[in-house]
Amino acid sequence: MTDLLARLRFVAALAVLGAVLGACASGGTVVLLPEKDGRQTAVSVRQGDKEVVLDQPYAAARTNAQGPRAYVASPQDVNAQFGPALAAQPARSARFTLYFVEGKDEFTDESRKLIDGVLAEIARRPVPDVMVVGHTDTVGSESANDALSRQRAEVVRKGLIARGIAPEDVVAIGRGKRNLLVPTADGVAEPRNRRVEILVR
Amino acid sequence: MSTALMSCRNALVLAVLAGGVVAAHAADIGQVKIAKGQVTIERQGKAMPAAVGARLQVADVVRTGADGSVGITMDDDSLLSAGPNSALSLDNYAFDTTTNQGRLDTSLNKGTLSVISGRIAKQTPDAMTVRTPNAILGVRGTEFVVSAND
Repeated sequence: MTDLLARLRFVAALAVLGAVLGACASGGTVVLLPEKDGRQTAVSVRQGDKEVVLDQPYAAARTNAQGPRAYVASPQDVNAQFGPALAAQPARSARFTLYFVEGKDEFTDESRKLIDGVLAEIARRPVPDVMVVGHTDTVGSESANDALSRQRAEVVRKGLIARGIAPEDVVAIGRGKRNLLVPTADGVAEPRNRRVEILVR
Repeated sequence: MSTALMSCRNALVLAVLAGGVVAAHAADIGQVKIAKGQVTIERQGKAMPAAVGARLQVADVVRTGADGSVGITMDDDSLLSAGPNSALSLDNYAFDTTTNQGRLDTSLNKGTLSVISGRIAKQTPDAMTVRTPNAILGVRGTEFVVSAND
């Protein structure tokens, strides 16, 4: 009887040990990848109060029970482990910028000609969704420019729908004078800031 | 508790979206652009197949089978793609399209994930996180890969 109890205890202890070892074995990998245009980027990897910051191409961290451990990965390592995930990456958004006549929601003549290119890009994507982002220059109040930028974006959205794009695939937003293409003081009429960006993704 | 939390999140997302977006589906936060093999979306305890074009919502869990992979474009232009045997949870999302302020918190519970961060992380470093069972990643930009439980 005592013998059986001891055996049961032993089995239970083994099960606990197995669970603990299993938890220890489970870790993960993080690798920072190079930027296409060489911009500075970084990812921090935190476990409790321990942190490793990855800020160079192929800087990597292994996370396990001891905390993050830094190392340098190779492109081959990354492809071997992450090939299918990387292959499933959606296409990056294509960006078009169109310009407006001052204070109005009409395109300049040159910009009107770009619309066909936008439609071709939308047609090329299997499940397109389009974000139209309106911007203004700094003439006028923030609220007036928010409204104008949204109005400009909405005009473009309606134009795309009129050319056959499904309404649920196009979103129109306005960013007013928050995101100037050409930085200026307030109250400056700057044609290059009166624009919509069309993001196709 | 979890229902209350979820409705809070939804309310937050709706409040944020109501500010700047004219959209047919205000609760959508992203879209499946690529799906290969077995891919499912778990929403409120129910699993459904994730076809290309499927729209995603907060609290969705996207799972891939042994032959599966999936590519997702979030509304802030973040790209998330997972390899086989993965589970990716879209825990928290808020994005103000006018100011680019927001949060995007995801969890990779198992498998492999590649990430290209979007406008949320660009506007506010560390406003995008990826949680794994033993670590939290703060995203300052831009492209990286992460695995869990391997």
